Amino acid sequence: MHSRARITALSAAAACLALALTACGSGGSDNAGVEGETGTEDVTLSVGTFNEFGYEELFKEYEELNPNVTIEHKKAATSNEARDNLTTRLAAGSGLSDIEGIEMDWLPELLQYSDQFADLSDPAVEGRWLDWKTEAATTEDGQLIGYGTDAGPQAVCYRADLFEKAGLPSDRESVADMLDGSWQDYFDAGKKFVAASGGTAWFDSAGATYQGMINQVENAYEDNEGTVIATENSEVKDIYEQVLQASVTDGLSAHLTQWEDDWVASFQSDAFATKLCPGWMLGIIEGNAEGVEGWDIADVFPGGGGNWGGSYLTVPAQGANQAEAKKLAEWLTAPEQQIKAFESKGTFPSQVDALESETLLGQTNAFFNDAPTGEILANRANAIDIRPFKGPKYFPINDAMQQALTRVDVDKTDDPASSWEKFVTAVGAL
Amino acid sequence: MAVTDRVQSPPPNSHQRASRDRSVKRLAFSQKVSKWDVKLSPYLYISPFFLLFAITGLFPLLYTAWVSLHTWNLIGGQGKFTGLENYEFVLAQPFFWNAVGNTFSIFLLSSVPQVVLAIAIAAVLDANLRAKTFWRMGVLVPFVVAPVAVGLIFNNLFADQAGLFNELLTGVGLDPVRWHSDSLASHAAIATMVNFRWTGYNALIFLAAMQAIPRDVYEAATIDGAGRLRQFFSVTVPMLRPTIIFVVITATIGGLQIFDEARVFDQAGLGGADRQWQTLTMYIWELGWGQRNFGRASAVAWLLFLIIVLIAMANFLITRRIASQGGRR
Repeated sequence: MHSRARITALSAAAACLALALTACGSGGSDNAGVEGETGTEDVTLSVGTFNEFGYEELFKEYEELNPNVTIEHKKAATSNEARDNLTTRLAAGSGLSDIEGIEMDWLPELLQYSDQFADLSDPAVEGRWLDWKTEAATTEDGQLIGYGTDAGPQAVCYRADLFEKAGLPSDRESVADMLDGSWQDYFDAGKKFVAASGGTAWFDSAGATYQGMINQVENAYEDNEGTVIATENSEVKDIYEQVLQASVTDGLSAHLTQWEDDWVASFQSDAFATKLCPGWMLGIIEGNAEGVEGWDIADVFPGGGGNWGGSYLTVPAQGANQAEAKKLAEWLTAPEQQIKAFESKGTFPSQVDALESETLLGQTNAFFNDAPTGEILANRANAIDIRPFKGPKYFPINDAMQQALTRVDVDKTDDPASSWEKFVTAVGAL
Repeated sequence: MAVTDRVQSPPPNSHQRASRDRSVKRLAFSQKVSKWDVKLSPYLYISPFFLLFAITGLFPLLYTAWVSLHTWNLIGGQGKFTGLENYEFVLAQPFFWNAVGNTFSIFLLSSVPQVVLAIAIAAVLDANLRAKTFWRMGVLVPFVVAPVAVGLIFNNLFADQAGLFNELLTGVGLDPVRWHSDSLASHAAIATMVNFRWTGYNALIFLAAMQAIPRDVYEAATIDGAGRLRQFFSVTVPMLRPTIIFVVITATIGGLQIFDEARVFDQAGLGGADRQWQTLTMYIWELGWGQRNFGRASAVAWLLFLIIVLIAMANFLITRRIASQGGRR
């Protein structure tokens, strides 16, 4: 494997030589490059994105507004692919696009190498985003490494038809009332549902539900200095036990692992009745549950607000056109443009002004029983008041935790106690 | 070369002495060149391979050893020198030994049936069939499919709840197999993907070797009254011995480095929540790319290298024994 990274690096370097004409220079690694005149010289800017950022039309618009700029779009199919590309080329020191899209989840580790990114902080963009969105991309000494694009405020998606069959209230408002409160309230409603549902589970997976809960804990795995406290933190253990109690002992889980084939197929078979859903999940549910009627979305999230996912645009310090790149990134992430991207691909904005936009608030979704999804998700975004601290080891630890839950919930190879022991060992090995 | 011309060229009359001196010098030099030519040229001709190997094989190998002696982050780069600490750490990890076990289990489950099946298929293809080329090319089709694509298709078949195999099993009243939970079942599923891809390829290698067996040996066997089955076991298989050794060695090297099929067996790609099917190369990937710890990943890479060297040596000894047996026959 090691040699493969080097080959990639070598070929990246080779590609650099071959394409010396384009914007592939390995420039100075100092951040000062952001200063500079823009809008005069002809320049080609490359932009690396993944999945759907909804930028295709916007690029054309920008090129018309700025005749000196040509934009080259490099689109990766999955975020994993984009992440491998990013880290390999960061390590190689060359080959990155002038603007690289990154996912919120990668921030903790990238913030450690903030000198590899241009400082994008600028009075012009102050207050543009929700506070937690900007804070997550800011280093301790105030460097902003990325401009926020979309966000993932979470609501609860549910099957109104199955609720009705089990004798629970099924319209949006009553469901929101019923689930409003703590996670225990959510699980209690689940127990009532499962008792009457005849085999349908309450939620899809212990891991996904845990994710919603742990994102409301400020210091779950690490204290603010980055010391690992995951295995001693009673909050973590309590949530772990609460989720497994609900999933396995109370039988509320459909025992699925998110993203696996079985999980995808389960949307067609009434396997579960509720699902925690950030804005971008709506499209995924609609795709997986094609032909299934009854999905709806309630303006509620147990335990307060919660965010899952969302992206940023960064300007790598190795780029040769940092000033132009910063200008483009600033334009793309402005509220007006984000609304256009939202209309095009449904990427829910993280910009304060965009949350009040008429277009956004007027959005309804036919698949979810014509629910006002724009308004619901905007409410959910405003309900987020905790920004969980995610240090450099957050993701490996969270990964180990997800596997611990899967061992008990899905694989049934362990009981909660022995799986916790394995989790402690895994965290110790990081 | 031009050496002979120079030797025979007569020195001019004037300045004879000086000229002769020069001629002798020249002779000596050209002789040297000629000697070098004879001695060095062959090495020069084969050098491209070794230069390429030095750059893409040897250098990474040594550099990996260097990396394995340091703390080393994928992005941050070189840290402090730690000696053998990475090796000590890795060898104490249950996941490492689990990965060693999984690797051998998947290797055996794939290699053994693969070789047996490939020989059987080759024997059938060697028979007098209609549309020979069609059948022979047909067995190679799975090899053309990219391993990741194979993985996607088989994933669908092996899904625990919605997969075709489990639906068939429950359809005839059997218990569904927990492909993604049970360690051995997951190994069998991954081995199936490997076999699907490589059996046809190996069958063609065996087929080529079978066709090189002189037909008069079979005629003699027929006259001696040996049936088809007896001929297969007493003539074909013994004559295939060197080819079998070749296939076993390549299957060993490939089997110990198994990655793609196991990695795409679920979405997370780490080898299961309890690492039921994590192989050594996947463990390297987890350490290097998941945890960004190149020091430890490199240590595992070197341990894997040592394991492969050990097995190659064992292979070599067995091969020598078989070869000498072959000589005695």
